[in-house]
Amino acid sequence: MKKTPRTPVRELAPSYRITNFEEVSLGYNGEEAMLEASRCLECKKPMCVDGCPVSISIPNFIHHIKAGDFKSAAEVIAQASALPAVCGRVCPQETQCEGRCILGVKQEPVSIGKLERFIGDWSRENDITPETTITPNGLKVAVIGSGPAGLACAGDLARMGYEVTIFEALHKPGGVLEYGIPSFRLPKETVVRHEIGNIVKMGVKIENNVVIGRTLTIDQLFNEEAFNAVFIGSGAGLPKFMGIPGENLNGVQSSNEFLTRTNLMEAHHDDTDTPLKLGKVVAVIGGGNVAMDAARTARRLGAEVHIVYRRSKAELPARAEEVHHAVEEGIIFDILTNPIEIIGHESGWVKSLKCVKMELGEPDASGRRAPQVIAGSEFTLDVETVIMALGTSPNPLITSTTKGLELNRRRCILIEEETGRTSRDGVYAGGDAVTGAATVILAMGAGRKAAKAIDQFLKNQAIE
Amino acid sequence: MFKILKKEYLTSGIFLMDVEAPKVAKAAEPGQFLIVRVDEKGERIPLTICDYDKVAGTVTIVVQVVGLSTQLMDQLKVGDYFKSVAGPLGMPSELKEMSVEELHSKKIVFIAGGVGTAPVYAQVKWLHEQGIKADVIIGAKNASQLILVEAMRKVSGNIYIATDDGSAGFKGLVTNCLEDLVTNQHKQYDLAITIGPMIMMKFLSELTRKLNLKTIASLNTLMVDGTGMCGACRVTVGGVTRFACVEGPEFDAHQVNFDEAMRRQTMYRTEERSQNALTPDHICRLDKIVERRNK
Ligand SMILES: Cc1cc2nc3c(=O)[nH]c(=O)nc-3n(C[C@H](O)[C@H](O)[C@H](O)COP(=O)(O)OP(=O)(O)OC[C@H]3O[C@@H](n4cnc5c(N)ncnc54)[C@H](O)[C@@H]3O)c2cc1C
Ligand code: FES
Repeated sequence: MKKTPRTPVRELAPSYRITNFEEVSLGYNGEEAMLEASRCLECKKPMCVDGCPVSISIPNFIHHIKAGDFKSAAEVIAQASALPAVCGRVCPQETQCEGRCILGVKQEPVSIGKLERFIGDWSRENDITPETTITPNGLKVAVIGSGPAGLACAGDLARMGYEVTIFEALHKPGGVLEYGIPSFRLPKETVVRHEIGNIVKMGVKIENNVVIGRTLTIDQLFNEEAFNAVFIGSGAGLPKFMGIPGENLNGVQSSNEFLTRTNLMEAHHDDTDTPLKLGKVVAVIGGGNVAMDAARTARRLGAEVHIVYRRSKAELPARAEEVHHAVEEGIIFDILTNPIEIIGHESGWVKSLKCVKMELGEPDASGRRAPQVIAGSEFTLDVETVIMALGTSPNPLITSTTKGLELNRRRCILIEEETGRTSRDGVYAGGDAVTGAATVILAMGAGRKAAKAIDQFLKNQAIE
Repeated sequence: MFKILKKEYLTSGIFLMDVEAPKVAKAAEPGQFLIVRVDEKGERIPLTICDYDKVAGTVTIVVQVVGLSTQLMDQLKVGDYFKSVAGPLGMPSELKEMSVEELHSKKIVFIAGGVGTAPVYAQVKWLHEQGIKADVIIGAKNASQLILVEAMRKVSGNIYIATDDGSAGFKGLVTNCLEDLVTNQHKQYDLAITIGPMIMMKFLSELTRKLNLKTIASLNTLMVDGTGMCGACRVTVGGVTRFACVEGPEFDAHQVNFDEAMRRQTMYRTEERSQNALTPDHICRLDKIVERRNK
């Protein structure tokens, strides 16, 4: 078998990109995409499709790219995903489609994500909107939350003929795509808003500034607003804190607060009103993708940034690509380090972070080596800002105001796995609200599954 | 939507607005707040709901011009629109949880400071609708800073005015006034509810602790989303961190760590700006922004 190396993707130089919020990865052009596509073996039994939570017909769309027929490639993807330019950018392909690619056994897998992104971008640049003929069926479905789960569910239902309204608490749609993931990884104006626009073109109505559980309850959606079914895609937005002394000092914030200020509110732009205060030295606590996003954002605002993580580099939960980009951008990794206290100035602002050094002990039940404190290793790190990126859990706003909605121990909404059906008749749920913080594509997959089940439910109801 | 139907100045620096927001008005209850944005570049500004008309679909807000965003709001006229209004947010007042009998059995006193008089009005009016008259102490720097006194008189029991300089009513602070009522005039209260500047609520709560009078305070913390997503609004109540936007804004005043709440509230004030801050000075941008708005 002839070995063709993976077609490299062009990126902005680290020294340049830390001065701005431009997208780091430049993606493929047509020529590069065709070259990369030519590496695909078009397996008879494609493993990559099994690895894709929304089962995009991957060899099929790559086949069209090979031939330079990008429009047909776009049509193939559109059957499974309304957000190709988003997913091509933010999916963890290495553990999904690309992780299963047969080429990966001996060499590098096909760059499926970059190809998907190329098709998404090409469609936008060439103004291609996948054609859909919709016959309205007169039934109304309410979708709560406009993140990937809600958008995917709404898009599918609209295509089936349902009248869909998305209720979104914030003033812009997109969920984490808008308020969480920074624009240097996922451009807002072009990519996110365009792909949401495509869903709106299918007839989906988005009502911003409506907080379900406060402005309207789920019962009201059924009884007063005459919706026939409800999908909950409200995400996992509740930030965790460590519970260490000094956490409420001025200058300590959650990653959600920091990223919301910069992404949703664009606080770092001179002409916006939302304030932002960032010290010269910033510590980001945590080692996941969110921590990398917060660290790289702070770096772009000019700070010296430390990632403080209690396990070793090998255990960092963030994607390898994110860690690589963070290292390139000069983020300092203080690994095997755990904060135990935040110390303040008399003024109440953060002065330093008191930490202990950790070492990895014996593997625990889950096989992960548990970090243990090294006795007498206490030290302080002088920082002015501390950003807590420790994960999030579902917001109780909806579940605490809806009777009969069962939750699991982690306060996630309990569903029937195959359908997304909750313990309340006609109420479905999916995405981070069900799983806890996960991924864009899993949320989309859950939204699509629920759309199918809602369709089935309402059809059965019509027969009865 | 979100059209401004009425604007009225209560003092030279405090104005009232009726805003069209039918969904918010329909769901609003005393004690809750909303979040407005002036325009596309505007920040999310939390404001306590001061009144609502469920039939007309309007909410009333009362705003004191203090900084950038409130100055921008002040530029809006009748017929202009807010970019967005979201709400109602937060938990309704604890009063809502009590039965009418329970409410009737209680002697309630409200202590309002400055612009906090407006949200107090919402609760006093609601009680009045249940057939209950609560006493109200309204505090201000001087007579010209007093708001809503006449409106309040129509829905309250006894009204007491306290001004720092004695230009109206009792000369002194609301705390002195309440202390005087309880210790000298032997007034008996079962519940105090206070809304006003954090510092006033702090001292009031110290007094009522001594008086053994249960007190609820409505905390106007910093906020960003107002839905429990960011934690900017966190306060320590009874030693536990709580999010004021979803679990509040009202808390048991005797449990609130007011010193921390006051410190956190100043986080974005210019004078408090850390020497090492990287981001541009917020207030210096005012001229530029006002220019943008006037275009
Ligand atoms: C900083 C960051 C970076 C990430 N990076 C990646 C990545 O690279 N790749 C990846 O695959 N995943 C990533 N994730 C995870 C991914 O974004 C989420 O798993 C995904 O967005 C979940 O989708 P969702 O639709 O379930 O919820 P969300 O995207 O959270 O959307 C929920 C929406 O519901 C709204 N809502 C909540 N409550 C209510 C209510 N009561 N009424 C009305 N609306 C409500 C919220 O405002 C929000 O808009 C990242 C997450 C973060 C925070
Ligand atoms: S304002 Fe963001 S959590 Fe309360």
